[in-house]
Amino acid sequence: MINFTKHRRIYFIFSGILILASIVCLVVFGLNPGIDFTGGSILEIEYKGERPSNQEITEQLSEFDLGTVYIQPTGEKGVILRMKHIDESVHQEIIQSFGQVEVEGLEVQGVELVGISSVEERRFESIGPVIGQELKEKTKIVVALVLLSIVIYIALAFRKIQKPLKSWHYGIISVLALFHDILIPLGIFAVLGRIYNVEITIPVITALLAVLGYSVNNTVVVFDRIRENLLKRGGLFEDVVDMSLNQTLTRQINTSLTTLFVVAAIFFFGGETLKYFALALILGIAAGTYSSIFLAGSLLVLWFRWRERRAG
Amino acid sequence: MSRKRVYIYLGIIIILAVVSAGFVFSQEIEKIGLNLPDFFNIPFKLGLDLQGGTHLVYEADLSEIEDHSSAMAGLRDIIERRVNLFGVSEPIVQTQEAAGQHRLVVELAGIKDPNEAIKMIGQTPFLEFKEQKSEQETQLILDKQKELEGKSMEEIEQIENWMLALEDPYFTSTALTGKYLDKAEMGFEQNTQAPLILLKFDDEGSDIFEDLTSRNIGKPIAIYIDNVLISAPVVQDVISGGDAQISGQFTVSEAKELVMNLNAGALPVPIVLISQQSVGPTLGKISLEKSLYAGILGFLVIIIFLILFYRLPGVLASLSLIIYILFILTIFKLISVTLTLAGIGGFILSIGMAVDANVLIFSRMREELKEEKSFNVSLIEGFRRSWPSIRDGNITTLIVALILFWFGTSFIEGFAFTLSIGILLSIFSALFITKTFLWFFAGTKFENIKWLWV
Repeated sequence: MINFTKHRRIYFIFSGILILASIVCLVVFGLNPGIDFTGGSILEIEYKGERPSNQEITEQLSEFDLGTVYIQPTGEKGVILRMKHIDESVHQEIIQSFGQVEVEGLEVQGVELVGISSVEERRFESIGPVIGQELKEKTKIVVALVLLSIVIYIALAFRKIQKPLKSWHYGIISVLALFHDILIPLGIFAVLGRIYNVEITIPVITALLAVLGYSVNNTVVVFDRIRENLLKRGGLFEDVVDMSLNQTLTRQINTSLTTLFVVAAIFFFGGETLKYFALALILGIAAGTYSSIFLAGSLLVLWFRWRERRAG
Repeated sequence: MSRKRVYIYLGIIIILAVVSAGFVFSQEIEKIGLNLPDFFNIPFKLGLDLQGGTHLVYEADLSEIEDHSSAMAGLRDIIERRVNLFGVSEPIVQTQEAAGQHRLVVELAGIKDPNEAIKMIGQTPFLEFKEQKSEQETQLILDKQKELEGKSMEEIEQIENWMLALEDPYFTSTALTGKYLDKAEMGFEQNTQAPLILLKFDDEGSDIFEDLTSRNIGKPIAIYIDNVLISAPVVQDVISGGDAQISGQFTVSEAKELVMNLNAGALPVPIVLISQQSVGPTLGKISLEKSLYAGILGFLVIIIFLILFYRLPGVLASLSLIIYILFILTIFKLISVTLTLAGIGGFILSIGMAVDANVLIFSRMREELKEEKSFNVSLIEGFRRSWPSIRDGNITTLIVALILFWFGTSFIEGFAFTLSIGILLSIFSALFITKTFLWFFAGTKFENIKWLWV
């Protein structure tokens, strides 16, 4: 049997550092919200011939008033352009300007070959700032609702346990573990946002919210076992927690692994749109599995000890 | 579970699985030459991001209007009529109210040129007069159309002058359009009292019209509104002075509306495009292929893992996972869920999670078997004791999925919906399918072969 709770100081320090680092990154770098939330445009094009350099593309776009344009190569010949919200006429002008590069060369006897363009438009999204603002507000409400309903659910699920800790203790610790599971991926996204310009988009938010449900699931399984063992066998609280952790360990790892398999497959092979959605899931699931094995039980023991000491 | 009951359940599962497979693989089965009853033949409904298409959000300016709901309904009807011209299957035009703003959402799946659609949606009704093509030209186009019949897009693009087939075989555009319209009025046919639309052209338009009629005496001139042929009267004589009339099959209210639109030259309320999401068919296809590939790959890894780790129960869990996938895909078809990339993401995630219930049960069973309990007792205990965890764990994910569903953004909705279905069905698959499979081995000589189970 592995004595999990004995080394709890190490886990606390380890997680403490990670959480602190995440908070620092979040404060210093901030998150990089995508156009879903800020409004803006994304244009993905595929060149028929060779892809020009970012420099050349920037020059070509300089005739338009687009603010800062982020250029990100994708695939072999594709480019994703991110810029401010533009309307349909500007969009068409940009597309046409891309088309002309080749058309000029092909101009036959002064006849312009309309309809031939050197790029294929793959995707265009343009979201007005109003819609972005609305989505931001909605997201806040949803996050609050999710957290609230999870706390209520856990308090209800564990209402039968009153000794040695009360059901709301379990609820609070689950929520603490949740913050851990969400803060760390967010911190990593802050870093990625700074270095690789990775954005927080609707898919990433969706994934993080799904992680909330998923990692509570992990914590609940451990607490369920503790509940069962407390009612059935009793004994020293630390021992019961340790035994429960050992009994659930295989399940925790196996379930996380199977989920990670599919999510990793999406990350590596699932295409651009789902890539960061999958990454958020991977990070969240990893953090959630860690916290359910190493943190949740240890925090229970810590709280229990503290109450013992205070009671004398 | 009694032996008899195990066989009955097993029979039900097998029948359901075979029927589901019929739904899921209906196209593949047809391809190898077997004929399925028609109701099997339901296609998967793909979202805009997978088949290509455009999602447009317009904001309507109702500041000048008192009766908001009827103005929006009128707007929706007009846009719907225009959108129907694009020939996309099941276009969606919806009005929406958000934060006191009235919006119109237009979704066109599979459209090739969103820009053309945007232009046509925002434009004024387009009035056009056309004259007849020469018989030679007509024949040429009809021949070309025949040549292209039944060919795929790729094949068509190989054919010389294939664009010709897209042209109207009978009529050709003239210079006379709604641009030269001075005013439109409603009138009635003297004999039949059928409603008419009376047009008055401006000076320039009158000249063009005079010229046009003089060229086409004895021949029809076609009148098009929004690219739909309204009527094609035969010219009796040269018409000067710029008066024309359209006698189509209108009802009074249709005629009134047309007159109003032609005069106003605009939609009942001004609209502004505030959001556009367009995905080309190529990217849609790539996304679909990639996400399916990822799903299949993830699924195979799970199966290998389950079998290596749990041996015979692993094989059984894999079987029940396959049936689970068949069931889910059948549900997608039967209630015609629109599959988006997010939905597929949720579905793939649910495959990973569906294993959880099985894993919980097997782990519990293993513990009981290790304590030297009999196979039957271990089986019963394994299910009984893992149930609270399965229930509590899945409920939290389900709660989150339901809240997400309320969120109302199409990406999230697709994800939340498939995830919810996936979770519910995964519980069913563990508690019914896996359980039946396990009971099938109870009381057989397999139950004594320890290495298969522990």
